[in-house]
Amino acid sequence: MRLELRELTKTFGPGAAAAAVNRLTLAVGAGSIGCLLGPSGSGKTTVLRCIAGFERPDSGEILAGGERLSGPDCWVPPERRRIGMVFQDYALFPHLDALANVAFGLREADAGSRRRRALEMLALVGLEEQAQKLPHELSGGQQQRVALARALAPHPRLVLLDEPFSNLDAEVRMELAQQVRAALKAEGATALLVTHDQREAFAICDEIGVMRDGRLEQWDTPWTLYHSPATRFVADFVGEGTFIEGTVIGPGRVQTELGVIEGQLTVERPAGAQVDLLLRPDDVIHDDASALRAEVVERMFRGAEFRYKLRLPSGATALSFVPSHHDHAIGERIGIRLDTQHLVGFPRE
Amino acid sequence: MIAIRHPGPALAALAVALPMIAVLVAVIQGATGADPELWAHLREHVLARVAWNTVVLVVGVVAVALALGTALAWLTAACEFPGRGFFSWALLLPMAMPAYVLAFVAVATLDYAGAVPMTLRAWLGDALWLPPIRSTGGVILVLALAGYPYVYLMARGAFLTHGARALEAAQSLGLGPWRGLFRVAIPLARPWLAAGAALVAMETLADFGAVSVFNYDTFTTAIYKAWFGLFSIETALGLALLLMLLVAAALAVERMARGRARYAAADSGARAGARLALPGARGWIACAVASAVFAVGFLVPLVVIARWAWHVAPLDFDARYASYVLRTLTLAGMAAAACLALALVLGYATRVSQGRVTRAAARIATLGYAVPGAVLAVGVVGALGAIDALWRTVAGGEGLWLQGTVLALLLGYVARFLAVAHGPVQGGFERIRPSLEEAARGLGLTAREVVARLHLPLLGAGMGTALLLVFVDVMKEMPITLMTRPFGWDTLAVRVFEMTAEGEWERAALPALVIVLAGLLPVALLTWRMERAARAA
Repeated sequence: MRLELRELTKTFGPGAAAAAVNRLTLAVGAGSIGCLLGPSGSGKTTVLRCIAGFERPDSGEILAGGERLSGPDCWVPPERRRIGMVFQDYALFPHLDALANVAFGLREADAGSRRRRALEMLALVGLEEQAQKLPHELSGGQQQRVALARALAPHPRLVLLDEPFSNLDAEVRMELAQQVRAALKAEGATALLVTHDQREAFAICDEIGVMRDGRLEQWDTPWTLYHSPATRFVADFVGEGTFIEGTVIGPGRVQTELGVIEGQLTVERPAGAQVDLLLRPDDVIHDDASALRAEVVERMFRGAEFRYKLRLPSGATALSFVPSHHDHAIGERIGIRLDTQHLVGFPRE
Repeated sequence: MIAIRHPGPALAALAVALPMIAVLVAVIQGATGADPELWAHLREHVLARVAWNTVVLVVGVVAVALALGTALAWLTAACEFPGRGFFSWALLLPMAMPAYVLAFVAVATLDYAGAVPMTLRAWLGDALWLPPIRSTGGVILVLALAGYPYVYLMARGAFLTHGARALEAAQSLGLGPWRGLFRVAIPLARPWLAAGAALVAMETLADFGAVSVFNYDTFTTAIYKAWFGLFSIETALGLALLLMLLVAAALAVERMARGRARYAAADSGARAGARLALPGARGWIACAVASAVFAVGFLVPLVVIARWAWHVAPLDFDARYASYVLRTLTLAGMAAAACLALALVLGYATRVSQGRVTRAAARIATLGYAVPGAVLAVGVVGALGAIDALWRTVAGGEGLWLQGTVLALLLGYVARFLAVAHGPVQGGFERIRPSLEEAARGLGLTAREVVARLHLPLLGAGMGTALLLVFVDVMKEMPITLMTRPFGWDTLAVRVFEMTAEGEWERAALPALVIVLAGLLPVALLTWRMERAARAA
């Protein structure tokens, strides 16, 4: 079911310097998995808690499937919103086993059908064998999946996930993220996830919103967010990259110290405009045949590849991912060329 | 947490605090109404001696209990000696022994004509001098034996959770274990030691039964005599106010002793470090010290009262006796239920409302552990008297005659023991993370269903503990019962008081034995929890 936020605003206490959430507007399509990505303190968890009904917004509207949950003269209490939530600490009820946890929110009169639905949900997350275990007998990843099953069981119109993987080991995170995505899709659920980890966001979500200081900077698909960031903050926060100076000399042509770079500018600028051009590490290709040279100032071995930090003639830096059989020492000068399709340029500051 | 902006929680918390507020107001109000002549007489002949006695007693008992408790805690927590495993829980058992039981056993067996001096003189000759048990030192010793487990418990917890790591750090810096004890472990445990000492001081200031046995006049016995001897409730309230000031002073000293140190959360990764082995003779000396404390504080008194009870049982165990037991159980049950209900209301109110009024009310409502029973008893009588007088002027007629009813008695119990029930209930509430409530609300449960399906099941253990603790405390309770009970409502503790007042030691043993056995229940629960925690770590 479609989720819509309109001009949502929430300020904590009269003394707060700035609003925790500031006139936030967004929409997650039915059956889609959305994400709010941002550094801690950007207000993303507050948005989630407003949607769930644990916080009361100061102004703005929250709609689910066209029904108003919160607005100027309207307030639906959390227990009547039919919104499932997966908490950062999972919040499993310690006195109930996995099955009873999942069945907790089921309202069917008949115990048999409650049990069937709970077992079905446990099977969906691959935990039918652990049904009789108490929360403390389960691993972190298993607890997380029970929490998801519990949130999904009562057929919520929306599932909220608050930093769902932050308490897990890095190894299980990505695998679990895929399982969670599969479970959400299998149930056809609309979901909104909050995280500060872009890899998680990329792994699960269809659409991502980047938040900063209570505002939404950009709402787009992961691919667009990475390749066509709307603001410098998004460019910095999502993925790696550096900026080099350039001057627009024509449509899709920018003059830089690395020569004229050609490509589709995501936002066209008039000729003569001074811009800072975003270079992603995958835009910079190592090529021994190239006349363009850059000095290696930092290297990080990452297994399949090296991540080199390079100093360009002007002193600006660029990052490059290079297959790991190209082993270069710090101080070496290596040949590079650019492979750009989209050019992201921000007006010079 | 789903906060409520609603006056309900604050009003509920205030209602729970009402008994304590009424008592405190009555004490302060009544004290100003004391008969000046009587007061002048008291000041001249009684006050100085009583105040001196009380202060000497508190200082002495706290000092001895601190030394005993800390030393024994160090031995069982950080050292290895024969019998350590047994003593680590057995040394808590004296907690089950009310001070007045220890007191009458000590006086009965160690006084000039008691069994022990008689035997010793028979062996060693009549000229043998023995220190008199009916002395300041004797009272201090008895109360310290009853009180040291509080220090022991606190210090042991501190040594086990915090000591091992810090001690290892100290050792890596070149301090041996014994210097480590004094330079690191004891300073580290200071907040806990201060808290334990404060508990001992509160118990000592509140003690009525033991000092009565010794005829050692303190504020509590002076309050009793002012009322039952001089029939002046105002004078009793005046003395009660002075005693409250002493309590406040003791709490202030604790604050200072604790300094800026705080109870930091235990390091979850902390494990008990390797224990310091006490080889050969030193190990046996440690064992002997622990055995001596255990024997004098628990085993010997228990055996003595068991034997006496056996002697007098055929004579004393009649229908009247059943009524003592029944009355005791009825009162304890009612008080436990009332305290639990109020503790739940208070816990829930402070959970949903963090307002200033709610918090202040919660603090006042749980002051009871610091307010001696004798003070509460006269406070309840004073408060009910004031209500009665008010009723007469407003409604006319006879008045309510609430004094001397079970209600008055329960009011006193609730004021005194609400704090006891509040602790475990509050702990239970704190373990229910806010996200659990939110998860339940998100799954469609109303506030009332959250209480029924989440709070009550999760609070089960805490509620059980609260009931048990209050139940046993009421069984042991002496001054409130003695001073405010309705006619004919004699409990086991009152029976002990009456028999010891007449020197009928053997006939006090049967009720005392029942009280001690009941007192073992919470101690068993406590040790079981400690063992489980130790196994989990």
